Amino acid sequence: MVPLSWYIVLSAIVFSIGVFGFLARRNLIIVFMSVELMLNSVNISLVAFSHYLQSMRGQILVFFIITVAAAEAAIGLAILIAFYRNNPTIKVDEINLLKG
Amino acid sequence: MLKYTLIPLLPLISFIINILFGRSIIKSKAHWIAIPAVAGSFVLALSAFMDVMAGNVININVYTWILSGNFQVPVGFLIDQLTAIMLIVVTSISTLIFIYSVGYMHGDGGYYRFFAYLSLFVFSMLVLVMANNFLLLYFGWEAVGLCSYFLIGFWFHKKSAADAGKKAFIVNRFGDFGFGLGVILVFLTFGSLEYTQVFSNANIALGQTINILGTDVDLITLICLLLFCGAVGKSAQMPLHVWLPDAMEGPTPVSALIHAATMVTAGVFLVARCNPLFSLSHTAMNTVAIVGGVTAIFAASIGLVQNDIKRVIAYSTVSQLGYMFLALGVGAYSAAIFHLYTHAYFKALLFLGSGSVIHALHDEQNMQNMGGLKKYMPVTYAVFIIATLSITGIPGLAGFFSKDEILWRAYLGGELGRGMWLLGTVAALMTAFYSWRLIYLTFHGKFRGTHEKEHHLHESPKVITVPLMFLAVGAVLAGYVGIPPLLREHGDRIGEFLAPVLGHPQGEGSHSEELMVMGASIFVALAGWGVAYMMYVKNAELPKKIGSMFRPIHNLLYNKYYVDELYSKTFVQPILKMSDKVILGFFDAKIIEGIVNGVPNLIGAFSRQFRKVQTGLLSNYGLAMALGALAIIGYVIFMR
Repeated sequence: MVPLSWYIVLSAIVFSIGVFGFLARRNLIIVFMSVELMLNSVNISLVAFSHYLQSMRGQILVFFIITVAAAEAAIGLAILIAFYRNNPTIKVDEINLLKG
Repeated sequence: MLKYTLIPLLPLISFIINILFGRSIIKSKAHWIAIPAVAGSFVLALSAFMDVMAGNVININVYTWILSGNFQVPVGFLIDQLTAIMLIVVTSISTLIFIYSVGYMHGDGGYYRFFAYLSLFVFSMLVLVMANNFLLLYFGWEAVGLCSYFLIGFWFHKKSAADAGKKAFIVNRFGDFGFGLGVILVFLTFGSLEYTQVFSNANIALGQTINILGTDVDLITLICLLLFCGAVGKSAQMPLHVWLPDAMEGPTPVSALIHAATMVTAGVFLVARCNPLFSLSHTAMNTVAIVGGVTAIFAASIGLVQNDIKRVIAYSTVSQLGYMFLALGVGAYSAAIFHLYTHAYFKALLFLGSGSVIHALHDEQNMQNMGGLKKYMPVTYAVFIIATLSITGIPGLAGFFSKDEILWRAYLGGELGRGMWLLGTVAALMTAFYSWRLIYLTFHGKFRGTHEKEHHLHESPKVITVPLMFLAVGAVLAGYVGIPPLLREHGDRIGEFLAPVLGHPQGEGSHSEELMVMGASIFVALAGWGVAYMMYVKNAELPKKIGSMFRPIHNLLYNKYYVDELYSKTFVQPILKMSDKVILGFFDAKIIEGIVNGVPNLIGAFSRQFRKVQTGLLSNYGLAMALGALAIIGYVIFMR
């Protein structure tokens, strides 16, 4: 039996990797994947708590998150492609249209 | 009570209807509202006059206008003998001129607007003469000035008309400023603005002085002079006479109604109304007399050489107003009002007659391009002759009685009065000359205009000539209410009628002196006529010869003593220059624009610093979010 704390630590590690990837990487696709990592780390901890508390609520929430994440990924990638057509780059530090 | 309130209210209703619905609905039928309204006022004024004749003085408060502590101003009407006469003059002449305007303004694009403004004018004038307190008087006073401005600039697309309107308004500001101060001083002195209270307490101001810039000034004199200031502006006396001749840019019915018969006499009415105050101050009375006498001769001398038919009559108006002030100044208030009343008829007749001429000649106003109109316009010619006989003071017509009364009263008015009498008599000589000159240049001799215009010459339609005939009757008969005692015992009925308000004039003279004064005025009237006949009928070359012989004098008169140029140099140009350099160049450009541009510039400078935060880089925003989330977590964990 794996104790709860392991799951929490795993979730934290995955989340941190996601944050690091989001902040440090320059490739927009990778940044995108990092966002997904963060979402899924949350899923891990939700499922772990759900099992620990013997409650289905956490898992139901996970389904919602997966759905939302899928929709978000679809829209995000669509925006990415549309953007790429006008501006052939996916480097984050070259995309600064909103610079004041 | 409603009857009296309706007198000014009917024209106001006509104004409101015409101004609101004139453009879209009423259009060329505007006179169907305006004429009944003003005729209704006339009928009510007649009935009010009857009431006053029966011995009632009406003093009613209709509405409390201002109530502030002890300061209380009602909208109230006082109809005494003086007001009754003014009511008759204003409403009767307005009615005739409204009818005349139907013909004169026919087909004008602003037809409804014309009747709307005229109605507003009649309302304001009636408020002015009917007011029972100074503030309501002031309201009417300013309102007639405003209507005058509207109507002088009625053809506002013409620059000269728009300029003349502005000039009239601005010149009147000078007078009205003094008048306003006078009203304030009246309140400070008497604690009330109502005529009855002020005039019955007039004596308390006697002997009081007021300190202005370290010198003590007699209070009552100051009040009178300030009030007189307003009268000088409104009645176009020297030195504020410059606006009236220019006001002739307005339509001729306006010149007749506002700038001859009614509004410009408001100054005379004001001084007559305030006679209990003026009688207390010798200085003020003498000032009034001197201003009047000098204006009478000054304006008459300009009239001698002018060529614009309306300007000649305009200078004649200024000159006749001078006579009225001369009479006021020597204490002959009723003589002034008598002349005001007769003058209204014959001067309105002269103006409307000249309007008829101008109408026939398609807006030609230069008398040098007229001549020989006698056979084309017999009615206009006839009424013009009547008006001229009347104004020049030929015995038997209205002007003779009133002018003679003024000159006689001036003659009795001490040393100053004697001098003023001399001025008045010389002015009468000039009046006779320029009036007949006008007739001869316009109606006699050969037509000097283009063939085109000669071809179109015609008598004016009935709607124009019928009011002229009515006014002609007035110009003949109006004087018979004031026959001098010399000619008939108790003949001076208007003087006796006005005595309760205006008192009896001072001074007694012998019959022989009175005959001498009368003879002198008849003599100058005939002499002026004779000289004009010699110069413009017998020997048409003479005017040019005389003109070139006295070239400098002719130029001086022709250019109206260069008063306009003087004012331009001393007031208008410096003010324009100051506006341009100081107000526009410094205050507006530097200070106002400095503030207006400075505020956004300051905000812009701050913004330029703040916008650096917005890098547009995703990772920067991400970092901010992460740090923010950390901060919140840190707060939740450690601080609570």
